Amino acid sequence: MLKSLLHNRLSGLLLLAIVIFVLPVFFNNPFHYDMATQIAIYATTVVGLNLLVGFAGQISLGHAGFFGVGAYFSAIMTGVYGWPPVITLLLGAVLVGFLAFVVGRPILRLKGYYLSMATLALGFIIAIIINNEGWLTGGPDGMPVPSLSVFGWELSTFSSYSFLGMTISGSLAWYWLAGVLLLLGVWLAQNLIDSPIGRALRSVHGSEVAASVVGVDTARFKNLVFVISAVYASLMGSLYAHFQGFITPDIAGFMESIILVTMVVLGGMGSTIGVILGAVLLTLLPQLLADFHEYEMMMFGLILMLTMIFMPKGLLPTTQRFIRSRLSKKKGEQA
Amino acid sequence: MSALIEVKGLDKAFGGVHAIEGLSFSVDAGQVYSVIGPNGAGKTTLFNLITGLYTPTKGEIKLGDRDVTGIPPNKLAELGMCRTFQQMQICMNMTALENVMLGRHLQLKSNLFTTLFRLPALLKDEEDCRDHAVELMKFVGCGDYIDSEASAMSYGALKRLEIARALAAKPKVVLLDEPAAGLNAVESAELEELLQKIAAQGITVVLVEHDMKMVMGISDRVLVINYGRKLAEGTPEEIRNNPDVIAAYLGG
Repeated sequence: MLKSLLHNRLSGLLLLAIVIFVLPVFFNNPFHYDMATQIAIYATTVVGLNLLVGFAGQISLGHAGFFGVGAYFSAIMTGVYGWPPVITLLLGAVLVGFLAFVVGRPILRLKGYYLSMATLALGFIIAIIINNEGWLTGGPDGMPVPSLSVFGWELSTFSSYSFLGMTISGSLAWYWLAGVLLLLGVWLAQNLIDSPIGRALRSVHGSEVAASVVGVDTARFKNLVFVISAVYASLMGSLYAHFQGFITPDIAGFMESIILVTMVVLGGMGSTIGVILGAVLLTLLPQLLADFHEYEMMMFGLILMLTMIFMPKGLLPTTQRFIRSRLSKKKGEQA
Repeated sequence: MSALIEVKGLDKAFGGVHAIEGLSFSVDAGQVYSVIGPNGAGKTTLFNLITGLYTPTKGEIKLGDRDVTGIPPNKLAELGMCRTFQQMQICMNMTALENVMLGRHLQLKSNLFTTLFRLPALLKDEEDCRDHAVELMKFVGCGDYIDSEASAMSYGALKRLEIARALAAKPKVVLLDEPAAGLNAVESAELEELLQKIAAQGITVVLVEHDMKMVMGISDRVLVINYGRKLAEGTPEEIRNNPDVIAAYLGG
């Protein structure tokens, strides 16, 4: 039973839905909901990044840049020009998708170190622009973001709403929104992977030569997944901006990109549920280590190193393999 | 019979070294055509040129009546040419079956929309693809590995899996680069049988192979190259009695 659950393609999604649904039982203050919302936003971002890194085997060390463009596009257009948030969020995703498409064509020809360097540079450029164009972005001091209004509802963590006779706090409303979007993001990502397009993407990882001789246009598929993962990042960036109500250029910076990649590697490259676990652990870690704030980046580095050495496949795939081997051993003993 | 592959004055230089020099030959449709030659003669280079992995320095390659010189491999696959590799190219991050299903890439009609929302059209397509891949795995003798990860398969089985993937693309011609290398006598005999079954389906087979017994047994025509040049071409019988070929092989 446990074994069949491990194999079923929707079991991960179901498990995740149960967790999201049950978790509020253990929450007793708004801070818990806010933490969970933030985790869900980052988790959805790395579910998208994992399509690129874990499945198609391409690296992006500048992904926070796309997150940042989404966030700042929403902040500027809704805050300064008064555009409606949901439409801005979607237009931001289109813009970032186009940006990724244009940049992706030349840089995805590169492999290994060279691709790392190119994406790293892309992230730096975006962060520098956000930092320097202070008249538009507020520069290093950051800028405020209006709250998200959905169909006339102002979604703010500070207010509360009555819904079907119940009183719902703003934090709880955000939690459900982020949770549902995470589920949607996982569902779409799993559909993509478990399809001919997903097979083509994974074959680019497995053997690019093999992919090309059976007719896979490898350049096109690499660019496609780069765009999709950038769109995930942009949408979540916009959402994050509205959720926090205030953003600084740090969210688009190099450290942020490294954290995103660390989430993917720690959780398990190519495991959609695994990378969510990575996002959970690495978002909670700074909270647990609040007293050692200066050493935060060191801890991330250490985690990345230890993961690469002791479980290069990542946390979840390693655990799954362990459970499976124990199960088959048990079966062997019974027989 | 018409020529399916026609190579004219083919030349490939790496720096100053001519790996292939002034090579011309043609393969008729439905033939089993073998390319042999000593190590380093340029056989794999020739395959890489024909299948678009390398661009020729000079010369022309035609597939049917279409000039395909310098066309990338994925376009050649669309035109009905598929191949296997001496250094096997298997996606070890996928299951055995998925590797074969990958071969059907060009036959599938899914787009991003049907994929993301997993619409019925996609599922139907995938089911057909899976059935077809299972059939092909049985055809090449990998029936025991249908549920396996590719990384769990033996060397001999992977060689056959790669052939199944090439066939999945429904090619007009398959190019096999040393399919018998590293196989034992029993496996070689099974492979020979498989190649005959493939040829019997009307698929043209071009072969690079060192196993002379196999080459002489199944080939319609044999091309011998040495130092990138054509040494001889003819039926297996003619090649066996050609004094130049004997000299090249025995170092006379």
